[in-house]
Amino acid sequence: MTFLPAAVLQAIPQSTDYIRILPELVLSVFGIVVMLLEPLVDEEKSQKLLGLVALGGAVAGLLATWYMARSPGLAFSNMVKVDGFSVFFHFLVIAIAAVVILSSFDYMAVQGIRAGEYYALILFGVVGMALMSSAVELVLIFIGLEISSISTYILTGFRRNEASSSESSLKYFLLGSFATAFFLYGVALMFGATGFTNIALISQKLQSGPVELLVYVAMALMFVGLGFKVAAAPFHIWTPDVYEGAPAPIVGFMSTAPKAAAFAVLLRVVFTINAPGRFWLIWIAAAFSMTLGNVGALVQTNIKRLLAYSSIAHAGYLLVAFAMIAPDNSVSGISAAMFYAASYAAMNVGAFAVIAHFANTGERYVTLEDYEGLGRSAPLLAATLTIFLLSLIGIPMTGGFFAKFYVFSAAVKANLIWLTLIGVINSAIGAYYYLRIVVVMYMREPRKPVPVTPVPIGLGAALAISILATLYLGILPNQVLQYAQQSAKEILPQQAATFANSTETEPAAPVSPH
Amino acid sequence: MVPLSYYLVLSGFLFACGVTGFLIKRNIITIFMSIELMLNGVNLSFVAFAAHWHSLAGQVFVFFVMVVAAAEAAVGLAIIIAVYRTRETLNVDQVNLLKL
Repeated sequence: MTFLPAAVLQAIPQSTDYIRILPELVLSVFGIVVMLLEPLVDEEKSQKLLGLVALGGAVAGLLATWYMARSPGLAFSNMVKVDGFSVFFHFLVIAIAAVVILSSFDYMAVQGIRAGEYYALILFGVVGMALMSSAVELVLIFIGLEISSISTYILTGFRRNEASSSESSLKYFLLGSFATAFFLYGVALMFGATGFTNIALISQKLQSGPVELLVYVAMALMFVGLGFKVAAAPFHIWTPDVYEGAPAPIVGFMSTAPKAAAFAVLLRVVFTINAPGRFWLIWIAAAFSMTLGNVGALVQTNIKRLLAYSSIAHAGYLLVAFAMIAPDNSVSGISAAMFYAASYAAMNVGAFAVIAHFANTGERYVTLEDYEGLGRSAPLLAATLTIFLLSLIGIPMTGGFFAKFYVFSAAVKANLIWLTLIGVINSAIGAYYYLRIVVVMYMREPRKPVPVTPVPIGLGAALAISILATLYLGILPNQVLQYAQQSAKEILPQQAATFANSTETEPAAPVSPH
Repeated sequence: MVPLSYYLVLSGFLFACGVTGFLIKRNIITIFMSIELMLNGVNLSFVAFAAHWHSLAGQVFVFFVMVVAAAEAAVGLAIIIAVYRTRETLNVDQVNLLKL
């Protein structure tokens, strides 16, 4: 190979490059295996088997992440970066997928959906999300974003015979592609302003010289695209419709995993580039998301729509963490955002798993009225949902409490008093509609009989994992938070990172958020 | 040589056409075509900037955008067929089961 020029030799991938995308490779292989097995196995038995293969894929993905975490660094011509930050989000999205697959076994049988692609698409979607969390190149971020989006567009429409499901799929697809085009235009302008598509190089270029107007426009357009993906106001209009029509376990999936991945991209882009002029953009988006989400949720009677508005509100709380500008506040902001993403995932996936089970054939029982008397007819299920709802409110001892606590305390430290005030008032409004569900479950007599089937093993395991994760983050948050704080320093721009490294020399130990 | 700004204005115009089409058209297929128009506007920007910076990165990006647009088209048309089967219409105003 000596006849090749040095530049070409450098571009040939080494084995370490492949280790740094090992989780993505493992998940893709398992996804393909599910697709290939689907036509080969007996249709009656196929669902269980394919689900188990997919679950095995997710577990193998977690192991691969653990293996990947031991060789941090750049791979594939500086496209992929494995650091504590990307390992954290790898663990998070793959764990979400595992729990969602577990909770889907029974759901698919009850709904009468026979399609192995369902599990394959979850795995493929996770590949995209995992890539997003480790990408340091705008090209790869775009590809990851699209892999995850296209998979979720299809998953949204999986109750194919229901008009509402295909409608929500169509809305998600059209508005999602619209937002992607804006993101892409932002990338094009960023490339035009700096001449680079690598985040680190863009950051260097922007710090070395005066910032052009084009950069501001580019950042704003990219924020539109990513703001849509995380369902932040004013790009949140699609959320209630899409969540109402989509299959319930998939809502649990798409309200947490793609959101976490999009927040990971946003964190990396915003803080590594140290995006100029972002303060008011994010301030307004955060304030609007919290207010519109919570006020919108007050009047909902469909529980899926209610939680859709709540997810807009939670995106708002998370965005508060992005408003930290000074480098010393940045670390607390980033780590608070990471912690929030993890604990929101734990409680929301669990809540939607309960809803999916309770909804029954054809998702008939999804209104608040159907939940009347659930506390008596299915005490365990009601208690489980109550824990998740209390966590969504932010009651101490649950993950939701520390998530909000870290975000708001970081905001107060950064002197964002007004934003914190809006957030706290909104939390109080939020408590009203979450508690309303609890009151309906425990204190109302059922007006019509709603059948409650016993909880199957898969769902039971999924709920157990979600509850344990929610309580773990609420009782022993330190380990995860410390890990988040250490990895937060790694995504800050170079000067700030060296400053941080001089004070902190301990090597980062990977910790699963679940 | 044609100056950079000409390309950028044209690309911005194409993008704006796409946005306008997306917002005012009522047929799902036309809306979908408007999105493609937006992507092509972006592609033109990428190529123009690639020539300006003498960097191939912009042109490579265009290939990725085209591939992704094709994948999106496949999924999008499948979703449109699914909607047509349940609804027998391609007018977005009549696809209104879920309140917006």
